[in-house]
Amino acid sequence: MTDPAFLLIQFLNGLASASNLFLIACGLSIIFGVTRIVNFAHGSFYMLGAYFAFTLADHMMPALGDAVGFWLAIPLAAVGVGLFAVLVELVLLRRIYRSHELFQLLATFGVVLIVQDLVPAVWGPEELFGPRAPGFTSFVTILGFRFPEYQLVLIAAGPLVLGALWLLFNRTRWGTLVRAATQDREMVGALGVNQAILFTGVLFLGGLLAGLAGALQLPVEPANPFMDIHVIAEAFVVTVVGGMGSVLGAFLAALIIAELQAFGILVFPEVTLVLPFLVMALVLVWRPWGLLGRPEAATGHGFAGDRPLRPLGTPGQLAAAALIVVLLLLPLVLGDYAEKLALEVFVFALFAFSLNFIMGAGGMVSFGHAAYFGLGAYGAALAVKQLGLAMLPALVAAPLLAGLGALAFGWFVVRLSGVYLAMLTLAFAQIAWSTAFQWVELTGGDNGMIGIWPSAWASNVTVYYYLTLLLCGAATAFLWRASFAPFGYTLRAGRDSPLRCDAIGIDVKRHQWLGFALAGTCAGIAGGVFVFSKGNVDPGALSIPTSVDGLVMVLLGGIQTLTGPLLGAAAFHLLEAYVLPLTDYWRALVGLVILLLVVAFPQGLAGFLRDLIERRGASA
Amino acid sequence: MTAVLEVEGLHKTFGGLVAVEAASFSVEAGRLFAIIGPNGAGKSTCFNMVGGQLRPDRGAVRLAGRDITGEPPRRIWRLGVGRTFQVAAAFGSMTVAENVQMAFLSHRRRIRALLPPARRLYREEALAVLDRVGMAGQADRQCGQLAYGDIKRVELAVALAHRPKLLLMDEPTAGMAPRERVELMALTAGIVRESGISVLFTEHDMDVVFAHADRLLVLDRGRMVAEGTPAEVRDNPEVQRIYLGGAGAEAALRQIEARQGTRGEARP
Amino acid sequence: MSALLSVSGLEAFYGRAHILFEVALEVGRGEVVALLGRNGAGKSTTLKAIVGLLADTRGERRFDGRDIARLAPYRIAQAGLGYVPEERRIFTDLTVMENLEVGRQPPREGAPAWTPEKLFALFPNLAEMRDRPGGRMSGGEQQMLTIARTLMGNPRAILLDEPSEGLAPVIVEQMAVTIAALKDEGMTVLLSEQNLYFARALADRAYVIEGGRIRYQGTMAELMADEAVRQAYLTV
Repeated sequence: MTDPAFLLIQFLNGLASASNLFLIACGLSIIFGVTRIVNFAHGSFYMLGAYFAFTLADHMMPALGDAVGFWLAIPLAAVGVGLFAVLVELVLLRRIYRSHELFQLLATFGVVLIVQDLVPAVWGPEELFGPRAPGFTSFVTILGFRFPEYQLVLIAAGPLVLGALWLLFNRTRWGTLVRAATQDREMVGALGVNQAILFTGVLFLGGLLAGLAGALQLPVEPANPFMDIHVIAEAFVVTVVGGMGSVLGAFLAALIIAELQAFGILVFPEVTLVLPFLVMALVLVWRPWGLLGRPEAATGHGFAGDRPLRPLGTPGQLAAAALIVVLLLLPLVLGDYAEKLALEVFVFALFAFSLNFIMGAGGMVSFGHAAYFGLGAYGAALAVKQLGLAMLPALVAAPLLAGLGALAFGWFVVRLSGVYLAMLTLAFAQIAWSTAFQWVELTGGDNGMIGIWPSAWASNVTVYYYLTLLLCGAATAFLWRASFAPFGYTLRAGRDSPLRCDAIGIDVKRHQWLGFALAGTCAGIAGGVFVFSKGNVDPGALSIPTSVDGLVMVLLGGIQTLTGPLLGAAAFHLLEAYVLPLTDYWRALVGLVILLLVVAFPQGLAGFLRDLIERRGASA
Repeated sequence: MTAVLEVEGLHKTFGGLVAVEAASFSVEAGRLFAIIGPNGAGKSTCFNMVGGQLRPDRGAVRLAGRDITGEPPRRIWRLGVGRTFQVAAAFGSMTVAENVQMAFLSHRRRIRALLPPARRLYREEALAVLDRVGMAGQADRQCGQLAYGDIKRVELAVALAHRPKLLLMDEPTAGMAPRERVELMALTAGIVRESGISVLFTEHDMDVVFAHADRLLVLDRGRMVAEGTPAEVRDNPEVQRIYLGGAGAEAALRQIEARQGTRGEARP
Repeated sequence: MSALLSVSGLEAFYGRAHILFEVALEVGRGEVVALLGRNGAGKSTTLKAIVGLLADTRGERRFDGRDIARLAPYRIAQAGLGYVPEERRIFTDLTVMENLEVGRQPPREGAPAWTPEKLFALFPNLAEMRDRPGGRMSGGEQQMLTIARTLMGNPRAILLDEPSEGLAPVIVEQMAVTIAALKDEGMTVLLSEQNLYFARALADRAYVIEGGRIRYQGTMAELMADEAVRQAYLTV
């Protein structure tokens, strides 16, 4: 293991994966630098690069000969992805440059979902093994070790692209304009440069680079429909560590992270997945704008249409009372399946409500709220499986673990704001996910843990229905009340004007931290209850898609209202239950719903209803 | 008369550039004290060192005899300093009353309470303060929907809520229509006379300054140029020169005129 | 003579703050006009509103016979109206040459065609620091660069926002001489200033703005003779 030759090989392997990471991350960084949009769909671009290259090589290698066909297919695939990125810019991004960062992130995630369904529809669900790269199919011998020639190609690709980008940015007018726009795009416009064309061009370049990365990866890794999510999280990390907008920073960060992983796997193989996110968390606390990034002007702002909180009036209270009665009577008419569905709605309502507590009131856009839901779920599962506890104590362990996790992560999170905050929450969720995925002895890894059923007294669905209603209802009611209490008001005050807070003695960061922990704890309750209703838990509970589900529920319901998240959770979960089985394109459907919401109904269902009622009231 | 605020030898540099040099002044109880000067004179720097947003390199700030140099803004507020900002900082999604209630909640250390409904806490007290600034009638309107001059009044009410000894007002009339300016400053001056608190403010509207300030400090490039009553400052030739342009412009004028003169002579 | 730039009924808002009220002004071809006023009187806002940099602006704006009120800032720049911001807004990562490159626009009929070399003749300091990043220049050098950068767009007229602000006297002198040289070449300039003597050295006419309204207009000579106006709006 300490054989220097082996270490060298490991170092070279690190360089090869650094190249790959850099190619993806630099495009992400360039796009962010100019458009200020964090492009979730960048992972999709990467995946499409691999698929395009597969198809092109498949047709061109027989027609043009292996070498010419393959080496032409790679750049053509990259160009194809660049054009796809241009399409995304023209159709979607152009409409949301002025939107809140939450909508921007969600919209690009909508693209991810659509591409995720598109790819298997076009290329099938199986992994597609690409051809080996003509001219580089063999091995070289380095100090007695065989090392694939193609890895050397990959190692060279990173510095070559870095050099080419340097030339592009420093020796061409277009590159100069991009660098100028990265610093002050308004001034570039005032000097007569059409930003729209610049933005489209930047998307092309970013897409091209991601496509190139995917295409070059084809001989090493089969094209598969899961490449996107896996790579996007690491690309985020590299971009953030390097400094958003900095190409050289992305290169350095890719090197550091890839080498840490290459050597980390030798020392402590369990942490390889967590490692990049730990690096990111530490770097962000030490340098909140990354290694070579520059401080962002604060972008903290509320959501359009924020109104003063109004407690439920008499009609509202009557409606709430009626709802409680209906929910209490529901088991009389529902079958087991529907009852289970209903109790899951309570779970997700609490999950969404707690997310909106920090997001709507606190102004902290979390892309990793699933972490606390999942920690709750795992907390309960571990209490049962590892400690042998019964259901009730396990249901105490759930919010405990989630709350502790939220306290620990939140301490870092509140130090940042805006899109950096969102990405840090995502990183922490990935840490939690990786831990659950990799710590097989404790968590069962990918398979998770099974057989976590309620105690005998609660094993009847109806009993568990009432228990869920009680726990989730109480937690939701508590958060509801806290929203109207000084605690919630202070959270909102911190969002509205940190400056004013500071001038009336309020420590905004500390308060946000407490709010974050409180919301995490409540999400943990939801997670704990959920485990016993399903009987098992797996890393999916902590994954990005679960976090995004929460965001979609909030967005669907309407972010500035308290009823919105509850409504959204119900609507989304029922849609999922009844529409999901009907279609093969569930994710694409959700993606389209997201795009529709972001572009056309940013106020959500509850906001839409409220506006409708007010308009009627005004005309009456 | 006792000084509410004493500033002594305040000094601040940013990256080698002297922003404020040896600023000393004191504000007596019940007086309005203005800091004026051209752009870049160091008004805001000076102001922010008093308010705690910036820590001075040297010098001392004392509030009613107590040293508060370098204390954070939150602490300075608690010791009795209210503040308004150049661009009004208020809680736009809350009602007017709730904005003021927040100040009370913070002052009575109740911001972490999780259960009582916030809108009922200190509402009467908030309405009383709002009444003083003439905003009680709009107590239940959303702050973000108000005219800008009214937001400034709300801000003033928030700053007055904990009965401060000193009010710091950074360009209080910036962004307001002329009539609103006169009204806001008349209101402020009235409150000062009635309650005996002191006001330190920066301002570029000279009408406002001369109508209301009891004393003035004139800064230019970080230096104190003059300090005194409005009449004293107005008669100071150095102050006139600073406001109307420096030596460079005069030299340029001579050079340009000389050039035009030679050209003129060259013409037949 | 029809004005090259004319503005009327200009209103501007920052959020809910109403900053400009019915501002009207004209600048004729080849004229240097000063917009005078104290800090915060509305000078910078007026210039920003003219070139379309404020989200919330109302009123009529015409340049070179065209209605520019609805044009995006880049279209206004392309129409030949250059803007030099008060905060300079140099691209600090870019070198002097690159900063100039960002400003470059195709030559324009009826306007001088600037090249970096011609600009270096006008701003000799800059010639010696072609490859220096904008972030490593003094305030005076940055001020020269920001004007040069706008000139690279070969504008027919430029809006200069407080070019003398925060500069040492010797640099102010240089700046005034440079602007006078531009004027000699026939450049049309709208100059916002609070430095009355600086404006006097350059301007033909002046507007005085206070509280977001134009309070006075006249020739520079008339303004210099009007003690009362100066007292009221310019000095303490």
